[in-house]
Amino acid sequence: MEFFTFLYDALHFMVLFGIVGSALLVVKFKDLVSATIALAACSLLVSLEFFILQAPDVAIAEAAVGAGLTTAILIFAIKSTRGREEY
Amino acid sequence: MKEMSPIVKTITKISFAAIFLFGLYIILHGHLTPGGGFQGGAIIGTLMALYLVAFGAVKWRKKVLSIIESTGLLVFIGTGLLGLTTGYFFFNFIGGTDNPIFGQQLNGGELIGDVAFPSNSAPLLSSGTISIMNMAVGLEVIAALTLIIVTMGLFAFAGSEEGE
Repeated sequence: MEFFTFLYDALHFMVLFGIVGSALLVVKFKDLVSATIALAACSLLVSLEFFILQAPDVAIAEAAVGAGLTTAILIFAIKSTRGREEY
Repeated sequence: MKEMSPIVKTITKISFAAIFLFGLYIILHGHLTPGGGFQGGAIIGTLMALYLVAFGAVKWRKKVLSIIESTGLLVFIGTGLLGLTTGYFFFNFIGGTDNPIFGQQLNGGELIGDVAFPSNSAPLLSSGTISIMNMAVGLEVIAALTLIIVTMGLFAFAGSEEGE
C-alpha cells in the first residue's frame, strides 16, 4: 500500500513538472507552430491533472477544447502570418 | 484549401465513425456519467476540425449550421419554459411505466407519482427533461464549433471568406 501511494505521488509530481516545463517551452520557442504544439501538450497535461484531482467532467472539456480545437484554430491563424516571432 | 495525403484521408475515414459514436455516447449518457452536452459537442467539433484538415474545402453550408445552432438553443429554452406549465416540471418523458416502448426499463427503480426514482444504479432513461436539454446543448455546441472552424479555415487558406 505504501508503494502504491508513492507511485501515485510520483505520477502526480511528474505531471506537475511536465505542465511547468511545457509552459516554459511555449515562451521559449520562436517558431510559432512549435509553440502551438507545446501549448497543446501543456493543455493535455492539465487535462491529466484534472483527472488526477478527480474532476473528470472538466478533464473531458479541457482535452477536447484545449488540445484539439484551440490548436486547430491557432494553426489556421498562423497560416496567415510569417510564422516566426520577431523582437 | 488543399487536401492532404491518402494516408491521412484513409485514417480519417476509419476513425470518423468511432469518434462520432464516442461523442454521441458522451452526450446521451450526460446525466449518468461524467460529460454532458458541451463535452460531447466539443469532441464532435474536434472531429469536424480533423475532417476539414484532411479533406480540404468541401461545400460547407454555413446557413444550415446556423439554423441547427438556433434550433438547439430554442429547444433548450422551450424545455425550460415547459416547466412553468403544470405537470411538466422534471416530468420523465421517456421512462414512465405507461410508456409502451420504454416502460419496462426501470431495473429496481421506485416510482413515486409520475417521476421515477432509481434505487442506486441509475437506468439510462431516468432523468426526464435533463437528457433532452443535454441533447439540445450538444446540437448547439456541435454547430457553433463547426461554424467557427470552417470560418477560420476558409479565411486562413483562401485569404477571403468563401462558400455560402
